[in-house]
Amino acid sequence: MDKVLISPSPHVHAKASTNSIMMDVVIALMPAIVVSILFYGWAEILVLAVAAVSCVGLEYLIARFLMKRPELFSGSSALVTGLLLAMNLPSTSPWWMVALGALVAIGIAKMSFGGLGQNLFNPAITARVFLLISFPVQMTNWTLPNGFISYPDAVSGATPLGLLKEGLKSGESIQQILSTNGFDSMTTVIRDIGGSAGEISALALLLGFGYLLVRKVVKPWITLSILLTIAAIAAVFHGIDPAHFTGVNFNLVTGGVLLGACFMATDYVTSPMSNWGGVIYGIGIGVIVMMIRYFGSYPEGMSFAILIMNCFVPLINRAFHQKKYGRA
Amino acid sequence: MAKLTFSIGGIHPADCKLSRGCKIETLPLPPKVYVSMFQHLGAQAKPIVEVGDSVKAGQIIAEPGGFISAYVHSPVSGTVKSIGLRKDLAGFNVMHVEIDVEGDEWAEGIDLSPELVTAIPEDRDFILDRIKMCGVVGLGGATFPTHVKLNPPPGKKADCLILNGAECEPYLTSDFRILLERTDEIVVGAAIMKKVLGDCPCVIGIEENKPEAIAAVRASLARLGYPGIRVEVLRKRYPQGGEKQLIDAVMHRQVKSGGLPIDVGAVVQNVATSLAVYEAVQKNKPLVTNVLTVTGDCLPVDRMHNYLFRIGMPLSWIAEQAGGVPEGAVKIISGGPMMGKAVANFDAATVKGSSSILYLGEGTRRRQETPCIRCGRCADACPMGLEPFLLKKLYQYGDPAGLEQNAAQDCIECGCCQYSCPAGVPLLDNIRMAKAQVMGIIRARNAKK
Amino acid sequence: MSNTIIWTIVILTVLGLVLSLVLYWVARKFKVEEDPRIDEIEKTLPGANCGGCGFAGCRAFADAAVKAGNLDSNYCPVGGSDTMKKVAAILGCEIKEAAPLVAVVRCNGSCANRPRTNDYDGARSCKVKSSLYSGDTGCLYGCLGCGDCVAACQFGALSMNPDTGLPVVDEGKCTACGKCVAACPKRVIELRAKGPRGMREYVSCINKEKGPAARKACAAACIGCGLCEKTCQHGAITVTDNVAYIDFGKCKLCRECEAVCPTGAIHGVGFPKELDKEAVKKRIADRKAKAAEAARAAAEKKEDDNG
Repeated sequence: MDKVLISPSPHVHAKASTNSIMMDVVIALMPAIVVSILFYGWAEILVLAVAAVSCVGLEYLIARFLMKRPELFSGSSALVTGLLLAMNLPSTSPWWMVALGALVAIGIAKMSFGGLGQNLFNPAITARVFLLISFPVQMTNWTLPNGFISYPDAVSGATPLGLLKEGLKSGESIQQILSTNGFDSMTTVIRDIGGSAGEISALALLLGFGYLLVRKVVKPWITLSILLTIAAIAAVFHGIDPAHFTGVNFNLVTGGVLLGACFMATDYVTSPMSNWGGVIYGIGIGVIVMMIRYFGSYPEGMSFAILIMNCFVPLINRAFHQKKYGRA
Repeated sequence: MAKLTFSIGGIHPADCKLSRGCKIETLPLPPKVYVSMFQHLGAQAKPIVEVGDSVKAGQIIAEPGGFISAYVHSPVSGTVKSIGLRKDLAGFNVMHVEIDVEGDEWAEGIDLSPELVTAIPEDRDFILDRIKMCGVVGLGGATFPTHVKLNPPPGKKADCLILNGAECEPYLTSDFRILLERTDEIVVGAAIMKKVLGDCPCVIGIEENKPEAIAAVRASLARLGYPGIRVEVLRKRYPQGGEKQLIDAVMHRQVKSGGLPIDVGAVVQNVATSLAVYEAVQKNKPLVTNVLTVTGDCLPVDRMHNYLFRIGMPLSWIAEQAGGVPEGAVKIISGGPMMGKAVANFDAATVKGSSSILYLGEGTRRRQETPCIRCGRCADACPMGLEPFLLKKLYQYGDPAGLEQNAAQDCIECGCCQYSCPAGVPLLDNIRMAKAQVMGIIRARNAKK
Repeated sequence: MSNTIIWTIVILTVLGLVLSLVLYWVARKFKVEEDPRIDEIEKTLPGANCGGCGFAGCRAFADAAVKAGNLDSNYCPVGGSDTMKKVAAILGCEIKEAAPLVAVVRCNGSCANRPRTNDYDGARSCKVKSSLYSGDTGCLYGCLGCGDCVAACQFGALSMNPDTGLPVVDEGKCTACGKCVAACPKRVIELRAKGPRGMREYVSCINKEKGPAARKACAAACIGCGLCEKTCQHGAITVTDNVAYIDFGKCKLCRECEAVCPTGAIHGVGFPKELDKEAVKKRIADRKAKAAEAARAAAEKKEDDNG
C-alpha cells in the first residue's frame, strides 16, 4: 500500500448498481419473452433483436457523436427500453417500423431530455404511441404466424379488446361477442389471443414481476393500485350493465394492462418516488385506462394512460413527500 | 419477546463482526504518547502542564476550555516532551501534549484493583463531579461531555435512560466485547447514571446479533439486582444505534427537529461510556483507556484484535503491535465503515473516542458516478425521512431556502443514502455541505433574534 | 365556402381588436411607475447577471444605485471603470477611480512541486474535500485541485491545467467578479490589481506552516525566510505567519523579491522580458555595497566632525 485512499463516509456500498438493476429487469422479462417466442416464432425473435440492437446502438451513437458525452451511454438501460419496446409491438411489425420506434424511444423520448434519469416520458411507451398513431393498420391488425407452438382456433384477427369495440359498435352484447370468438377467462390467463408480444401471457408477466418484487427492484404499490382501480371500476360498471361493460377478469388480463402495470408504469424515472405518490399515480392510470376502454374510441388505453400520468409525476412528487422523523 | 426497532428508513448491511471472538487484550506501552487537546466535542482543552514536567498516569494535564469541554488526563507516567501542533488523523494541526513514557506509575487515589464496587454513592453532585473530573465523554461517536448530558437543564426531566449497546456499525466489536467481559461494571455504571437522572427507568438496548451479550447482561442484572433496569432486544438494522433512532425504537418518541433528546425525556449513553462512568465514580479512574477493534475485510481473522489501549498511542504503533498493515488494504478507517473517518495521517494519536482501526480492500473504492435513475432507494433508506436525491439537487442548484424547507439540517450523516444508491452518486458528500450551509443560516438567524 | 372564410377573418379581426383594447387598458391601469434611469443603467451594464457586485443581477444593481443616488458602495467589477463612468454620468455623480483587478491563483503546488501523499476518492468538490481532511498532499493550505473555482466562473476564465493540477486564469476573460474567490474553500485565489500592462508581482503561496514543514510539503512553498521583505525598498512586502505577502498598492515591480526568493514562490507575470536573476542580484549587491560604503563614509565623516 503506497498511498491510502481517502473519502468521506460511508466507506461501504450496497451491491445493487444501475446495471444490476437493469439486468434484473431483463431477467424478469425473460418468461414473457420466451412465451412470446414460442407463440410467434422467428418473427418475434426478429422484432426483439432489431429493437434491442437499435436501442443500444442508437443510444451509443447519440451519446458519443451527437451529444459528445459518452458517459451518458448506459447499455443496460437501453437494452431494457429495447426489450420493452419489442414487447409492445406486434410480431408482424416490419423491421423498419421497429427501428423507427427505437429512434423515437431513444432519440426523442430519452436522449433529447438529457439521457438516463432525465426523461419525462417512458421511452418505450412513447415509441409505441408514436407508432400506434402513425401506423394504425400495422399496429392493430394482428395476424398470427406459425410459432413454435401453434394453436388451431385462431389464426388471425384483432385483439379481444379490438373485437369487443367493433362488436359493441355494431350493437352486439358482450356475451355474444365473447362466445362467437371463443374466449373464456382461463385462456386469457395463460395466453391472450393476438396482440403485442408482451400481452400474450399474463402468467409469464406475473412470474417476472414476482421476481422483481423478490429482488426488491420495484415496490408493489403502483402495480397494485393500477390493478385494483381497474378491478373496482370494472366491477361497478359491469355490475350495472353487464351487456355493455366488460368484467373484472377480462379487463385485468387483456390488453397491455399487466405489461403496463408490472413493467412500464413502474419505471423508476417516470414514476413518482414516494409510496403514496405511487398509489395516486396508479389510480390515475387505472381510471384513464377504463375511461378509454369504456368510452373512448381506442379499444385499449394503457399506453395513453401511462403517458398522461407521466406528465403528472413531477406534480405528484411535489405533493407527496416521505414521512419525516420528528416533524409530525 | 418483540424486537424493537425504529420506524423510518434504515438499511441492512452485512454485519461482518469478524472479530467477535477476540478477547480484549491489553496493549504494552509505547515509547511516546501524544495526547490531543481535542478529545471531545466542544471547546479545545487547555494544557496545564509545562515541557519537562513529570506526570503520572491519570494526572490532569489539561483543563476544559469552556462549558462544553472536558478534562484531559495523562494516560502514562513520564515526562512532558513538548506541547505543540501535531497532525491529527485528518492531517489538520491540533494541539498535542507529547509525553515520553517512563514506567507505569498511576496518580494517587486511583483504585486499580479489579474488585467490583456495587455500592453507589448517595450524593448526586459528588457523582457528577467525579464524572467531570475524570474527563468522561460519550464514547458512542460524538464524544459529548457526559457530565453535561447527565445534568439536564432545569425544567427538563429524564423519563428514560437508554444504554446503547446496539453497535450497529459493521465490523466493530469493541462494545460487544466489553458487554461480555465487563458486564457487571457496565450494569453498575448504568445504575449510577440512572440515579443521577432521578431514578428514571433504564433500558439497555442490544441488537439481536449479539445473543451472548444479551444473555450476559440479563444474568448480571439478575445477580446484582438493581431495580428498574431491563434489557431490550433490538432488531439488526442500521442506524439502530443512532441516538434519535434508538429513542424512537425504545420509547416510541421522536425528537423534534432541532431539539435535544432530553426534550422527549430521553438520555442516551453508550455502554462504553457506562463503563467509563463506573471507573470514574467507583474507582476514581479517569478516562484514559478504551477498547478498540483491529479488523477489516482484507485482514485474516487470526490477526484481528480487540485491544484495551491508552489514549495518545499512535494508530500506526497499534497497527504494528497487530502485525502491520495487511496486504490488499487500500483504505484505513478509524471508526465503522458507515460513519468512520478515513485516516490520512496514520501516525495520528488515538483519542478517547477511537473505536477501531479498520482496513478495507479494493471493495471500498467508490463506483463511477452514473446518472440518478430516480429509483428512490436513498429516500427509502433515510432514517430521518429525508429525500437525499432532492437535497443533493437543491444544493447543487444553490437553493438554501429549499434545503431548509426539505430539512437538510435534520441529516444525521449516517450514510444510508449513499450506501444504497445504485448509481454511485455521492449523496452524503453533498448533503453534508448542504447541512452545514443551512445550519449556518439558522445560527445566523438565531443570533439576530 | 368563401362565406366561411370571410366570416372567419371578420370574427378573428374583431376578436383581436377587442382583446388588444383590453390589454391596452390593463397595461395603462396597472402600470408601475419606475425611475427611467434604472432601465438606462441596466442597459449600460454588461448584462452578465453574475452577482459580482453583490446584487442579485444587473437590474438589482441598477435599482440599488438609483435608490442610493450615488455609487459609493456599488461597483461593477465586470464592466470596470468605463462602465462605471457611464453609470455615474446617468446618475450625475462622481466615482472613485478603481484599479482593474484580476484573479490570481496563489499556489505553486503543481504535481511536480508537491508530491501526492494519498488518493482522494470522494466527490469532486474542493468544498467536500477541504471539510474532510487536509488534502491529498502534505500542504494544508494550497489548492485542492477539484475545480470549484472553475465551476463557479461564469465567464469561462478559469480552467484546470492537467499537467500541474492547478487552475489557470485567462486574463482576457476574467472580470474580477470574485465568484472564484468565494468558491475556493482554501482562499487560494485573490483579486489583485492587474498592474500596468498586466505586469504584476505576487507570492504564489499561502502556506502558513514553518519553513521546514512548508518546504517538505512543497518544493515551491514560501518558507517565510523574509529575504524578500528585507530586499524590498518600497515596504511592499510583509511576512506574517511564515508567509510573505506583497501589497500591490505599494509594489513598484522592480522584481528584486522574485530574484532573491530561494524557493521561487514569488511570481512575476506580464513582464516583457524574462527575469535575469543574476543581474538583479548583482544590482542588489551593488546597492548594498554602496549603502555600506555610504554608511561607512557617513560614520567616518561623523568621526571626522567629532574629531
